Amino acid sequence: MSYDADLFGRIRINRSAVERRAASIGTRRSIKKDYQAAWLLRAVSCIDLTTLSGDDTPGNVRRLCQKARRPVRGDLLQALGVADLNITTGAVCVYHNLIETAVKELEGSSIPVAAVSTGFPAGQIPLQLKLAQVRESVAAGASEIDIVISRALVLTGDWKSLYDEVRAYREACGEAHLKTILATGELATLSNVAKASWVCMMGGADFIKTSTGKESVNATLPYSLVMVRAIRDYLELTGFRIGYKPAGGISKAKDALNYMILMKEELGKQWLTSSLFRFGASSLLGDIERQLEHHVTGSYSAQYRHPAG
Amino acid sequence: MEVRDLFEQLDYGPAPESDNQAIQWLKERDNCLDHFIGGEWTTPESGEYFASHNPANGELLAMVADGNEADVNRAVAAAADALEGWVAMGGHGRARYLYAMARHIQKNSRLFSVLESLDNGKPIRESRDIDIPLVARHFYHHAGWAQVMGEQFPGYRPIGVVGQIIPWNFPMLMLAWKVAPALAMGNTVVLKPAEFTSATAVLFASMCREIGLPRGVFNLVLGDHKAGEALTGHQEIGKLAFTGSTEVGRILRKATAGTGKKLTLELGGKSPYMVFEDSDLDSVVEGLVDAIWFNQGQVCCAGSRLLVQESVAERLYAKIKRRMSKLLVGDSLDKGIDIGALVDQTQLDRVKSMVELGVEEGGRIWQPRCELPEGGHFYPPTLLTDVQPSATLAQEEIFGPVLVATTFRTPAEAVALANNSRYGLAASVWTENINLALDIAPQLKAGTVWVNCTNVFDAASGFGGYRESGFGREGGREGLYEYLKPFWESRLSMDPVQQLPRFVPAEELPDNETPDIDRTPKLYIGGKQVRPDGGYSNAAYNATGTVIAEIPAGNRKDIRNAVEAARKATGWGTATAHNRAQVIYYIAENLNARRDEFVRRIAELSGRELVQAEAELELCIQRIYYYAAMCDKYDSQVHSTPMRNVTLAMKEPLGVIGIVCPEEAGLLGFVSTIMPAIAMGNRVVVVPSGHYALLSCDFYQVLDTSDLPGGVVNIVTGDQEVLAEVLAKHYDIEGMWYWGNRKGSRMVESEAAATMKRTWVNYGLYHDWEDDEQGQGESFLRKSTEIKNIWIPYGE
Repeated sequence: MSYDADLFGRIRINRSAVERRAASIGTRRSIKKDYQAAWLLRAVSCIDLTTLSGDDTPGNVRRLCQKARRPVRGDLLQALGVADLNITTGAVCVYHNLIETAVKELEGSSIPVAAVSTGFPAGQIPLQLKLAQVRESVAAGASEIDIVISRALVLTGDWKSLYDEVRAYREACGEAHLKTILATGELATLSNVAKASWVCMMGGADFIKTSTGKESVNATLPYSLVMVRAIRDYLELTGFRIGYKPAGGISKAKDALNYMILMKEELGKQWLTSSLFRFGASSLLGDIERQLEHHVTGSYSAQYRHPAG
Repeated sequence: MEVRDLFEQLDYGPAPESDNQAIQWLKERDNCLDHFIGGEWTTPESGEYFASHNPANGELLAMVADGNEADVNRAVAAAADALEGWVAMGGHGRARYLYAMARHIQKNSRLFSVLESLDNGKPIRESRDIDIPLVARHFYHHAGWAQVMGEQFPGYRPIGVVGQIIPWNFPMLMLAWKVAPALAMGNTVVLKPAEFTSATAVLFASMCREIGLPRGVFNLVLGDHKAGEALTGHQEIGKLAFTGSTEVGRILRKATAGTGKKLTLELGGKSPYMVFEDSDLDSVVEGLVDAIWFNQGQVCCAGSRLLVQESVAERLYAKIKRRMSKLLVGDSLDKGIDIGALVDQTQLDRVKSMVELGVEEGGRIWQPRCELPEGGHFYPPTLLTDVQPSATLAQEEIFGPVLVATTFRTPAEAVALANNSRYGLAASVWTENINLALDIAPQLKAGTVWVNCTNVFDAASGFGGYRESGFGREGGREGLYEYLKPFWESRLSMDPVQQLPRFVPAEELPDNETPDIDRTPKLYIGGKQVRPDGGYSNAAYNATGTVIAEIPAGNRKDIRNAVEAARKATGWGTATAHNRAQVIYYIAENLNARRDEFVRRIAELSGRELVQAEAELELCIQRIYYYAAMCDKYDSQVHSTPMRNVTLAMKEPLGVIGIVCPEEAGLLGFVSTIMPAIAMGNRVVVVPSGHYALLSCDFYQVLDTSDLPGGVVNIVTGDQEVLAEVLAKHYDIEGMWYWGNRKGSRMVESEAAATMKRTWVNYGLYHDWEDDEQGQGESFLRKSTEIKNIWIPYGE
C-alpha cells in the first residue's frame, strides 16, 4: 500500500503495560501431555533452522539441511503416531554464499531456503549494493529473503525513506518472500518498534521479524506483543495477513510454547502455521527433541541421543 | 484424541492443578473447621455447623463452626489475656513471629493457593501468582514495621484487642491486610472470616500453632452475621476493622457510634476506568482484563465503569470484544482459565438480575460465545455499552464479570463522570500524556489511582476509600495509624480542663450614659458578614453575667448557605502550600496587630486576669504559626513498592469539614481546630463556642484583612447541638469534627454513616487545649487529610 504516516504516526506503546501482559502470557495458559507434544511438533514445523556464522562451509550447511528434512528421530515420530505427517522445519536460513548448497541439498523437499541479505546484520552498506544482493540471492535460488532495515532511518524518524527502502526490496524480491528484520534491540523504544512494523508492512513485507540474533537483545515477548498487535491492526485495516518471525534467543521448548500461545491469543490459530509464523532459531530444535523423547519415554533425555544438525 | 489430531487443532487442553494435598488437609480435620481460640481448636458453643461448598462444582468441602456470642466472648477474653505479653514482647519479638508467618506462607504457598481456589472458586493462577505472594509480602513488610515501631512511631501505643471482619472475595489476602498490621503494632486479634470462605483462615491458624505464636494473640471465630454482630458489639474491642459491602459498613458505623471504638471500613466501589484518546488501546484492553475479569469481577476496586473518549470508543469496544472472545471460563483448579466460578448461587442470581436490569434500562449487551462448565456458579464475561450515568448499572456495584461503558468528550467531562458516584475506592487513568495523567489523578475522588495500570497492590502502599467506599487505609505507613493510638488520647480528661466562667445572667440594664455605637456581630459566610436567616439573636454574656452583645442565632439554612459557600471555594485546596502558608502567617500577623483588643475580650469573657488572657493569645499566635509552617512540610511520600513505578502517597484535603468547637476553650479552641483544617487546604464550616462566640465574630475581621479567600472559613454561631446535627446530616461535607458531649458524639458518628463522612469526636472527654500534645500536632493534620495513592509505572 502507499505510504500513509497518519496510520502509524501517533502510535504510543506503554512499555510497562506491555511487559505486564507479556509476563502473564505463559501463566494464563498451560499446555500439558499430548497437547504439549502436538504443539511442540507444530513448533518444529515453524522453525527456520539457521546457521549464520563466519565459519559456515558447504559441509555444515549440508548437515543442517538434512536435519531440516528429518528434524525429529523417526522412532519418536512413530511413537507419537505422526510419522506419516512428514514434519520438516519451516525453512533453512543461511548467508548468501551458501544458498546454492542449501538449495541443492533440499531438492525434492518442499523446504524453502531463506537467505539473509542487505548487509546483514548491521546493514551499513550502500542501498544499491543491498538491492543487488537481494537480486543475486533470489537468482541463486533463495525463495525467502530476510533483509535488515536501516536502523538509522528509524532513529532519525525518516519513516518515508524507510518505506521507500522496503518498497525497493519488495520489488527486488520478485516472487520471493520478503521478511524484514527490525533489529528491535536497536530501535530504542517500543513505539519505534510498532512504527517500524507498520512501515515495513506498508512497504510490502510478507513477514516482520524481530532480530538478526546478533543484537545484544533479540526476540522477547514484549517486542512480540507490539509487533503482533501491529499485524492485527494492519489486517483489520487492509485485510492482508502478515507473518511474524521472532528470532534470536529462543532456545527452550517452554519459550517456544509461550510464543505460540501469544500468537494464538493475539492473532488466532491461523498464525500457528509456517506460512505465517516462524522461529528464527538454531538450538531450539534440540530442546524440543529432548522434550518429545521425554514425553514418549517418561525419562529425561540427553542431547547426544538426537542426531546433530 | 491422537497427537496427530491435536497437531491440527492446537487446542490448549485441560491443565488441572492437583487438589490431593488440600483434600487431604481437609480430611485430616474430618472436613470440619473449628474456631481457634486461645491457641486451641474450639468447637462452637451451639454445637452447630454449616456446610461450605466448592463453587466450581457444588461439592461439599467442609462443615464450618457456626459461631455465636458465646464463642466471640471466649475469643475476646483470650485476646485480652494475651495482650500484655504480646505488647511486652516488644517490636523485635513480634517481628520474628511475623517473619515466621511470611516464611511459612511461602513454604506452603501451593497448599494455601489450592485451598483458596477450591473454597472461593477463583482461578488457581490468581491465588498462586497474585493472592498468596501478596499475602507473604504483607507479612514480610509488616515484620519490618514491628521491628522499627519504637523508632518510627514514638508517642503511639497499640489499641488493644481488635475485631476484624473480612469478606469472601480475597479470603487470605484480606486476612493478611488485617492481621499483619494489627499484630505488628502490638494488638491482639479476633478475626471472623466470611461464612462462604473459612478454609485458608483455619490453615493460617494451624500455622500460628506451628510457629508457636503465643496463645490468644490470634483468634479465629467462624460463622455468619451472628458472630459478626457479637464481635461488633463487644465492649472490650478497641477497634473494629471491616471489609465488605457499604450496606453492612453503614450498619457497623451506626452500631459503633459513640462507643469510642476505632473503626476502619473498606467498602464497595464503582471504580471508573478512564481511557483517553492518546492511550495504548491494546494495553487498555489487557488492563480491563485485569480490572473486571480478575476474580470474576468480585473485586471491590474492580474497574467496572469504563469511561472512554468518544473519538476512540468504537475502536476500543471492538478490541474489547475480540479480547473477551478469548477469555476462558472454567474450573478454578484448571491452570489455563481466565475466569472461575462466582462464589455462591446468591451472587450468581444477583449478577444475572442486575444485567437484565441493565438491558431494560437501555444498555447494549455483548457476550462472547463461550462455553460455561456445568454444575458451578459460572457467568460469562459481559460488556454493556451505552450505560449512561442515569442507569442503575452505572451507579450500583454488580460484583461480577460485567463491564459497563459510556463515553466522554473532554478531560473535564471525564472527571465529572468519574466523580459522579457515591463511591470513591479506585480509578484507572489511561493516557500516554503525563501532563494529562497528573492533572486528572488529583481531581478524582478515589483512594487509589492507577495510571496506565490497574489492580496493582502492595503492602507498602495504603489502600482505602473516599466517600461511601469507606475510610481508613490498609498498607503502608498510613495503614499503621489505624492500629495505633497516641498516648495523649489516654490522657484526655473526664472534666473540662479549661473552665467556663460561672455566672448568673444579670438582669441589670446598661446605665444611662451616652451609649457606645451598637455593634452587630454577624455570621461569616462566603467571606461576607451576613444576618442569620431566622432573624433571631442570643445574648452574649461577659464573665460576670452581663449582656455585652447579641450573637446571631444561626439555623439550618445558615448551615446550608455556609456549606454552599465552602463548596464553592475550590481554589483553596488547589492553591500552593506556600500560598496557604502566607495567608495563615498573615492571619497571625493581623491578630497580633489587634492583640490588645483580643486580650481584653478574652479577659472579659473568661474572667481571667489580663496576663492569662495575654498568654492565651500568645499561644493562639504560636499555634497559627505552627500550622502556617506545616502547610508545606506535612507533605506527601513516595512509597517503595516492588515494581518499576512511582507510588505517590499524596496527602489531600478532605474537602469541606464541619467543626463544632470546644465550648470551654474560647479563642484557643477555635484557632486550634480550624487552623490545621485550612492549613491542609480544607474549607470549614465552624460552629464556635457559644459562650465565646463573640471572639469568633471579632476573629472574622482578622480573616477578612488577611487575604483569606471567601468561603474558606465560614462561621455560624448558634446552638451547638442543633447546628451539629444539621452538619452531621448534611450530605455535602466530607468531614465532621465535634468537641462536645457523649450524646452529641454518638449522634455525629451515627449520622455520618449516611455518606461515610470522616468523623473526629471526643466522646465527651476534654482536651487540655493549652497542652501542645493535645492541642496541636500531627494528629490534627492527619485528620485534615486523606491519602490517595497514585501508581505511575514508567519506562519507554
